[in-house]
Amino acid sequence: MSPAVPDLIIEILLSALIVIGAAFTCLGSFGLLRLRDFYSRLHTPTKATTLGVGSLLIASAIFFSWQEPGLSLHEILVAIFLFITAPVGAHLMAKAALHLRVRGQSGLPPDEILDGRDNGSPSESGTGAPEARW
Amino acid sequence: MKKVLPHPILSLMLLGLWLLLVNSVSPGHLLLGTLLAWLIPLYTARFWEAQMHIRKPLLLMRFFAIVLFDIVVANIAVARLLIGPMAEIRPGFIRMPLRLQGDVAISLLANIISLTPGTLSAFLSADRTALIIHGLQTDDPDAIIAEIRQRYEQPLLEALEPQ
Repeated sequence: MSPAVPDLIIEILLSALIVIGAAFTCLGSFGLLRLRDFYSRLHTPTKATTLGVGSLLIASAIFFSWQEPGLSLHEILVAIFLFITAPVGAHLMAKAALHLRVRGQSGLPPDEILDGRDNGSPSESGTGAPEARW
Repeated sequence: MKKVLPHPILSLMLLGLWLLLVNSVSPGHLLLGTLLAWLIPLYTARFWEAQMHIRKPLLLMRFFAIVLFDIVVANIAVARLLIGPMAEIRPGFIRMPLRLQGDVAISLLANIISLTPGTLSAFLSADRTALIIHGLQTDDPDAIIAEIRQRYEQPLLEALEPQ
């Protein structure tokens, strides 16, 4: 089909990408099991998994561009949405956990770290309705 | 100009999104995409508070390339941490004072922090002056803050924020 690159090389490349992707995704799930507290567990879906899904998507893009006429690029879209949504999801879960005062391995951050209530709270009355942004 | 095309950057992104979604650049889809990219910002104009200004597009492009590279490095670093002994992981919270002010800039920074090595943005203080970060290895909080500042916040500050 493609005279420029032998089929075998593309097949080896695709297999390598798929194995790498599967390995990182597996490791991400493994991390969920191994890490000890809620906040640390949030790290694995945003990181180990993005590279895992990323290499699977690259493999998909190469495979369909090779098998079918024209470039297949809508995999980029999946990657973009993943990179936008994974951190936002993790951020919201962490925020909800802090709100519910879920204790981590290192305890909770002190209140003054959370909303700067230590400095005589001028910011709280000054900016108005800070609760609205929670 | 502002009435007809309220958000040129958003329009451009929507057109790109449409072309990727249909996976083709045929004239018909180009036309349809352009129409959508023109109409959607026009009808949702009230939703977008302020227009985003990109002052240095080239710097922003280079910055995204660096971030992409860092994401790969972050994945490998976190993977190594996960296999290694759990005693290596000493999680904790860090408060990072923010210099950025725009909505888009802060959310970009928070996303990037979550995607890069050992850090996760967990909370934005009510007055938006500080970001609470959860780190997997927090032996030296100042070093983490300094690195984020120099590597990610500074380029965003230069590229997006009005002086």
